[in-house]
Amino acid sequence: MELCGGPDGFVSDIVLALEAVDKRFGGTTALTKASLTVRRGTLHAVLGENGAGKTTLMRIAFGMQRPDAGVIRLDGRAVRLASSADAMARGLGMVHQHFTLVPAMTAAENIALGGRGMFSRRTVDARVASLAERAGLPVDPAARVSTLGVGAQQRVEILKALARNARILILDEPTAVLTPSEIEELFTWLRRFVAGGGTTVLITHKLTEALTLADDITVLRRGRDVLSAPAAGLTVNRLVDAVTGDSDGVDTPGLRVTRTPGQIVARLEAAEVRDARGVVRVQPVTVALRAGEIVGVAGVEGSGASDLLRLLAGRLAPSHGIAHLPRHVGFAPEDRHRDALIEEFTLTENFALRDASQRMGVMPWKTLRAQAERVMHAHDVRAPTPDVAASTLSGGNQQKFVLGRELDDRPLLVVADNPVRGLDIRASAHVLRELRETAAAGSAVVIHSSDLDDVLPLADRMLVMFAGRLSEVAVTRDAVARAMIGAA
Amino acid sequence: MSAEYTDFLQASVRTATPLALAAYGELVVERSGVINLGLEGAIIAGAFGALVGAGAGSLGAGFALAITAGCAVSVLMAVVVLWLRADAIIAGTAVTMLALGLTGTLYRAWYGAQGAALSVPTLAPVRVAALADVPLFGRALFEQPSVTYLLYVLAVALWWWMRSTHAGLALRATGERPAAAFAAGISPVKVQAMALLFGGAMGGLAGGVLVLAQVGTFAEGLSAGRGFIAIAIVVLGRWSAPGVAGAALLFGAASQLQYVFQSLGWPVPYQLFLALPYVLTLLVLAGTQRRAESPAWLGRPLDDDAR
Amino acid sequence: MHRPGARWVIPGATLLAVVGSVLWILQAGGYDTARALHALWDGAFGSTYSLVSATLVRATPLLFVGLAVGLAFRAGVLNIGAEGQFLAGATVAVAAGFAVGGWPRLIALPLARLAGAAAGAGWAGLAAWLRRRFGVLEVISTLMLNFIAAYGVSFAVRGPLQEPTHVYPQTAELSAAVRLPLLFDGHRLHLGYVLAVLLAVALWWFLTRTAAGFRVRAVGAGASAARSAGGIDAARTAAWVFVASGALAGLGGASEVTGVTYALYEGISPGYGYSAIAVALLGRLHPVAIIGTSLLFGALEAGAAAMQRDANVPSVLAAVVEALVVLGVLALDHARRGRTD
Repeated sequence: MELCGGPDGFVSDIVLALEAVDKRFGGTTALTKASLTVRRGTLHAVLGENGAGKTTLMRIAFGMQRPDAGVIRLDGRAVRLASSADAMARGLGMVHQHFTLVPAMTAAENIALGGRGMFSRRTVDARVASLAERAGLPVDPAARVSTLGVGAQQRVEILKALARNARILILDEPTAVLTPSEIEELFTWLRRFVAGGGTTVLITHKLTEALTLADDITVLRRGRDVLSAPAAGLTVNRLVDAVTGDSDGVDTPGLRVTRTPGQIVARLEAAEVRDARGVVRVQPVTVALRAGEIVGVAGVEGSGASDLLRLLAGRLAPSHGIAHLPRHVGFAPEDRHRDALIEEFTLTENFALRDASQRMGVMPWKTLRAQAERVMHAHDVRAPTPDVAASTLSGGNQQKFVLGRELDDRPLLVVADNPVRGLDIRASAHVLRELRETAAAGSAVVIHSSDLDDVLPLADRMLVMFAGRLSEVAVTRDAVARAMIGAA
Repeated sequence: MSAEYTDFLQASVRTATPLALAAYGELVVERSGVINLGLEGAIIAGAFGALVGAGAGSLGAGFALAITAGCAVSVLMAVVVLWLRADAIIAGTAVTMLALGLTGTLYRAWYGAQGAALSVPTLAPVRVAALADVPLFGRALFEQPSVTYLLYVLAVALWWWMRSTHAGLALRATGERPAAAFAAGISPVKVQAMALLFGGAMGGLAGGVLVLAQVGTFAEGLSAGRGFIAIAIVVLGRWSAPGVAGAALLFGAASQLQYVFQSLGWPVPYQLFLALPYVLTLLVLAGTQRRAESPAWLGRPLDDDAR
Repeated sequence: MHRPGARWVIPGATLLAVVGSVLWILQAGGYDTARALHALWDGAFGSTYSLVSATLVRATPLLFVGLAVGLAFRAGVLNIGAEGQFLAGATVAVAAGFAVGGWPRLIALPLARLAGAAAGAGWAGLAAWLRRRFGVLEVISTLMLNFIAAYGVSFAVRGPLQEPTHVYPQTAELSAAVRLPLLFDGHRLHLGYVLAVLLAVALWWFLTRTAAGFRVRAVGAGASAARSAGGIDAARTAAWVFVASGALAGLGGASEVTGVTYALYEGISPGYGYSAIAVALLGRLHPVAIIGTSLLFGALEAGAAAMQRDANVPSVLAAVVEALVVLGVLALDHARRGRTD
């Protein structure tokens, strides 16, 4: 829209361009006429909500997926990328959000992976050590990846790309799992890489990150590029509008209502969570939840936030300490395809899952079907009958059904982990409104969201997990953000 | 040392050879993350191929056809598992049943008249001059048919290949985390297909050895579960080539002990010794599963984003 | 549950492909195709005797073991150890049969059969325990246990359970008190078949109508959701299904010795545990459909035996057919997935 032509003298400098790319997965459209133009020696941020098509577009640029239509240009020449190996050979490198390292192998082995011919551990170790030194990314070549921290694993990922002479680095949400100091280190390094003539494409959903770091910014929304401009001329408001789009007619969750908190419905007393290897995931935590309140939970990946949620939902028993919970806790897990629904089961059967563990004897299918039907009507689940398989529903309808099932028996406590991830704006608003009404009707509601904008307007209290430790902070963006990075 | 001892050792090594060869194949396949129950089928196909080849031409033709037949079986396995994305366990069982049934049917059709009298030339032992004179085990280990020496050579060669070549690295990465291999530009499907092909070739060779270096004839179901034993051997050998060689020798020795006890006149039930290696395998499995010795992705299908 | 049509289209198309392949193999092998097929039909359905005394008698163990495999697969348990569980059941049922052989039939027979079921359950339970306690893949453990069971039978019939003259590697015959009644005079079909059919119907009712059956299906179709949304202990459910599957296979073994052979010998199972995988898969893991597929495979094996006798076509051709059926189902599953994706 804005930049497609661009100022004169600009085009010759284009190192990577994707033009009018289409991509469909089965019935869903991921990208329609999406374009991206990256100048040599710049840091280009690609912004967008979850599901906007950022990752798909970059996977196409990296040869991992074939576009249905459109052109990929490298240094101005149209190319066909048959595979990621092909892309790597042409100087592209990608660091995925979830690292693609082999835990059982050493850093050096991971970096050498994909080569040909002989492999000498000693030679490769030495080569990796010197590459790490030159690049300014400290890594022990002989360390097993499974023993490395997240920051070090990311450095291994970047070294993997550099070892293949990448001149264009694509990073997918690289800061999502990092501590603040690690983020600062990464940014410093990226600036240096770009100053040295390298090019970086940074996929992110954090506006401020894009504004402070990037030279150019492209915004994707629903599979299209809706804004592409130098960062210098952009403002936060402008970006927010581009990312979220026209939100007229969508009911945004209202302001917090001040309520007198009711009685305590759930309580953790010095509850601690350890994983199978005995590593503490949640330090002993004591917290009480009261009827009618909405409690927000925040914490980056690996902070223990999701363990805390499963603990509160009664889906995880504390290794030590006590969890006093209501008999049934409504739970909307983060990965609903895996943890909330059985896709090949009908809606009736999925509804029946809720009480499956306590039920004895014969299944009252007729009653259950009627109940499932009632839930569908009450929660606006668009499906012809309760006899269709869950897999035939859209993501938004699946989530509405899950929530409807979990809220149906009016549980005293409801726990929702990223309940609006991947939903369109309308469905998100619906889900958040339901959670708010649930609290108003007297339940305690716990919401965790990786997007603070979803949870801050709703929450009466904010709990923040950092490195397995829980703290309660004021309900302000600044306080929560600081606590999330351990800077309280 | 007594002649019984040398005979026992020699027979143990001889019995271990086809087991070890098949197990080397299975080792590579499992390192790529697949459990290949079609191995038994590759062995019987190899045995039948050896019969056909050796009957028509020479020992060389026999081995060539044995390996080809084993490969054919593994190609079917690869198509069903990698292309049709079927469960490897069910597919492997079916492939083995198919090979057992097909070889049995064709054997009767083509050789039915000759039956048990049918015999083919076998490999003569080759003495490794200096080594065969070493006391205690020289003659037992180094006066064997030439294919037996593959047991020793591959123990070292495969071990070296897996740790000292990029191909070996790619193989291990695929069995550990296919998505990581894929991201590094390796095609997990291709790696698993190649591994299955190698596994089939080794299974076929094992079948060939059975016919051309040991039995000298074919019979329906001659493989007698050796493909499944090979899977146990890989577990017992803890997914390393030298370990596989040792475990194969142990299985070989266990199957020979019955004759030792018979000759000594001891009333020990021989089934005990035949079953012992399997019990041992279960114990090893129970003892090591929690440690990171087996490939982390073993028995799990490839995800969509690793293809 | 959702596309009733597809359940029949797939086996139908598979069968057509299989029949084609078999005809081709008969041609390639130089056999008299017409004579072979005639013998096949005669041996399976040609007369009341072949239907009742051959086909149905062979279908019985396939039905028991097919139900065992189907139930396990339904819960996502890859029990390929039905063979070993069948042998364990047969062995212990015979041993128990000797112990209680002098008792009244009403007590002795159920006791011997229960002992067989318990043995199968125990044999499977061992693998289930290894899975839960040590995380051992059931595929490998059940494979090992199959071998151990086969050697166990071999030992038993040459050692503690050998017949009194100590000449033949088999047990003595069971007394009348521990033999299943025959259904018709002059025919070999025994009460075990009726029992197996009733079990199939009961299993179907259990899976679709009861809460416990629903839990089993949920664990198989989506273990993670079953745990998280349903609070179901998936590992425990899978372990119990594993044990129940072993009990069914063990009962199959017990039926074989109390209903057909009246004695134990090596090779009492010509690979029922493996054929059962084909039976269960072709029946789409549906207990009632498995009644049909076990009948089909029983007919196939009865017919194949007749084919060997009358047309000199080796009976292992049955294994080819079973394998092709499984491969066909896998291929058609893939085709169906391709359409719905």
